[in-house]
Amino acid sequence: MNDSIKSGLQQVLTFVLGSETYGVDILRVQEIRGWSSVTKIPHAPAHVLGVLNLRGSIVPIVDMRMQFNLERAEYTAVTVIIVLSVQSRKGKRDFGVVVDGVSDVVNVDDSQVKAAPDLGSREATEHIRGLMPVADRMVVLLDIDKLIAGQLPNTSDSEDQASAAAAA
Amino acid sequence: MDLDLAQFHSSFFEESFEALDGMEAALLGLDVGAPDPERVNSIFRVAHSIKGGAGMFGFKDVASFTHTLETLLDELRSGRMAVTRDISDKLLLSVDVMRAMLTSVQRKEAVDMQKVADLQFDLEMIVAQGAGGAAAPAAPATAAATAPAAAAQPAAAGNGAAAASANGGSNAARWAIEFRALPELLLRGNDPIAIFSSLAELGKLTVVANMQAVPRLRSIDAERCYLTWTLELESDCARDQVDAAFEWAAVDCELTIKRVEAGASSASAAVAPAAVVEAPVVAAPPVQVAAAPKVVEAAPKPVEAAVAAPAPAAASASTAQAAATPAAAGPAPKPADAKEPAKAAAAGGEHSSIRVSIEKIDELINTVGELVITQAMLSELGRKLDGSVAEQFRSGLNQLERNMRELQESVMRVRMLPISFTFSRFPRMVRDLAQRLGKQIELKMTGEQTELDKTVLEKIGDPLVHLVRNSIDHGIEAPDVRVKAGKSPTGIVHLDACHRGGHIAVEIRDDGNGLDKSRILAKARSRGLVGQNDVLTDEQVHELIFMPGFSTAEKTTDVSGRGVGMDVVRRNVKELGGKIEIASELGKGSRFIITLPLTLAIVDGQSVSVGSETYIVPLTSIVESLQLQPQSVNRLSGRGEVFSFRGDYLPIVRLHELFGIEPRATALHEGLIVVAEGDGRRIGLFVDELLGQQQVVIKSMEANYGPVDGVAGATILGDGSVALILDLSGLIRVAAGTARAA
Repeated sequence: MNDSIKSGLQQVLTFVLGSETYGVDILRVQEIRGWSSVTKIPHAPAHVLGVLNLRGSIVPIVDMRMQFNLERAEYTAVTVIIVLSVQSRKGKRDFGVVVDGVSDVVNVDDSQVKAAPDLGSREATEHIRGLMPVADRMVVLLDIDKLIAGQLPNTSDSEDQASAAAAA
Repeated sequence: MDLDLAQFHSSFFEESFEALDGMEAALLGLDVGAPDPERVNSIFRVAHSIKGGAGMFGFKDVASFTHTLETLLDELRSGRMAVTRDISDKLLLSVDVMRAMLTSVQRKEAVDMQKVADLQFDLEMIVAQGAGGAAAPAAPATAAATAPAAAAQPAAAGNGAAAASANGGSNAARWAIEFRALPELLLRGNDPIAIFSSLAELGKLTVVANMQAVPRLRSIDAERCYLTWTLELESDCARDQVDAAFEWAAVDCELTIKRVEAGASSASAAVAPAAVVEAPVVAAPPVQVAAAPKVVEAAPKPVEAAVAAPAPAAASASTAQAAATPAAAGPAPKPADAKEPAKAAAAGGEHSSIRVSIEKIDELINTVGELVITQAMLSELGRKLDGSVAEQFRSGLNQLERNMRELQESVMRVRMLPISFTFSRFPRMVRDLAQRLGKQIELKMTGEQTELDKTVLEKIGDPLVHLVRNSIDHGIEAPDVRVKAGKSPTGIVHLDACHRGGHIAVEIRDDGNGLDKSRILAKARSRGLVGQNDVLTDEQVHELIFMPGFSTAEKTTDVSGRGVGMDVVRRNVKELGGKIEIASELGKGSRFIITLPLTLAIVDGQSVSVGSETYIVPLTSIVESLQLQPQSVNRLSGRGEVFSFRGDYLPIVRLHELFGIEPRATALHEGLIVVAEGDGRRIGLFVDELLGQQQVVIKSMEANYGPVDGVAGATILGDGSVALILDLSGLIRVAAGTARAA
């Protein structure tokens, strides 16, 4: 375990959104569960679908398709929620992301991870830790701390109040 | 010594703070002039243990201060100095200083050494003056003085025998004590002389020091202890009292305490078999106190041995042998047996409680909450089941439900603490305030054992402090005024707590002057809060003192009178879901009654449904629920809807519009109006329908998400889904905001 960390080896959970494959550090994954209906939060940004009961704690659920401006899909029995834990300024938080499906766990060496190309704006790539090839596909490795920063209230102050006001 | 002591720091601080609280309480209960020796002792022990701990962890400033304090306390304890008002004030000040010091050390900040040094100097002065003074009672002084002298005397082995024979004729019971200090004894801040002098208080003490282990002068390490002592105490005291003297040193020494029967019987003291088989026993290493009862147990019947060795002689014999024959302490099995539970109590009894971090308890409460939900789910399923086993299944589920309820209640009780934790700060505060204001005040406290949730307890402290301060400053009159009014010069402030239904009521009562309604009214009129000709009920007048910035005090003191406070008190109480009432009679006194929920973790709620969503409205916010007829609704300037309710016009807030949900009912007569209040304002909340009433466990939305306007939290329903708990004050604010924006 220690050795693998030192040599930059890590395990990544990959999941599918439309035609794209994304990956997150498996140590951040709390749980993978099937879709169940959520309780709506008033005045929440559109991609925050609502909250779920995860073993006694109230966990917000974020739709990744909406987050990445992909076409919205129907939630079915095979829709999957990945519960992740992030580090924010307010400490550890859990939140769930709705994805099309979970594909695999792959071993990744840091040297395989390539920086994301400049796509013109910082916003488009700042939550991407890098790109890596897995088999014949490209996996987008996400930095979930950055991804979630600014998406939930209290993680970033100014933006949310603006979005909450817009929603209201 | 590369042991990492830092891991023990937190428990040292925690225990020290707790001990200081105890010391403060003991000091406050100390009668000047005739102090209770047990109280003085307990105060001494606190100083002593903090000194020991601080020394061990290398907090030199703390250790040095507590050493001075300990010296003074020792003088008081031995009776060489009398407890005066001045001394007890200084001691209370010392508690503050020690608290401040420990806090600074804990936060790794610099200690305010000037204050510490000043007080330390004062304490030293007191000790110095006290030593010269003649006020000290003579008897204890001589007893205490002989002990250290005896300890210092390099006595030969023969001395012990002489002492023994001298004691032979006495009728008092004797304790033979073998005290073999480990070299570290002194390093831990234990002082053998202090131990001996505390023993000397119990009876006549003979101390013989054994110097065999003392090395040559040049190899002596001044901080190590090379001596062992043989003590003989002539006293009828209980074993506990003897043990208590060694309480602090117990881990740093090998100790054998034996009781020797009084007078003639001591001559025929039986030696148990364990001691008769001398060869192996003597060879064995000295048995420690903790092991002693076991040895006795192994020798159920003491044999009348021919070795009629009186215990004093045995005590002066080889230390190893004396230590190895604890069985000789019990001439009959009975006292030996009695010793065992006593010992067990000493070891375990003091710690009948354990320290558990609040996170662990919350985790437990969480898990139990989950269990309750799972159980509710199963019950739901069970109701739908048919067939022969279904009935059995249901009765099993009922049993489970009962057990769950008990489990939940007991887990919730873990978080409950007696209100005495908050009350305990008042004796000191009242004493200081009374002194400063030149008033005579007696503080009465009842119902200190009433339990409430820790979170509520923490938040209620400041409001209570404020109210008590008000009672003392504004309520209770100066002694001469009181006498003129035909009252006793000493005013009474009474703090009372009790359970009332699912709530706790805390009352602050004083027999002072009461609220002066005419003055409050005059003040309110002069500030334009009340019209010149308005007639107000008592209740409305009392309401005025909760207005921000309102004060009738003629002069502002540093205690109160700035007019900040009562509004804050009320806000704090309201935040806890409680309320505050006032009853007052001019010239007789006032009562402030705070009613609080027992816990913040559970709320009584009314479930309401809007569209497909379920919301919980706290019952405390609900005034009434009603169905409106279309004709009773009025439109206000074309948009806001209002309806008449008990003479007021209340705005209608449609929850589905506010929260953006698709409702089932849009016409007002299809749904229901819940009249609810928050922040003193009332609204008619329009919902689809009312569901059941239930107690719900409040879960935080902020832990993983963030604050949501109009939502106080969330809860998990019986089917495992989440329902949001409404926060009426927030909701009313949001509704008002949207109305303005629209």
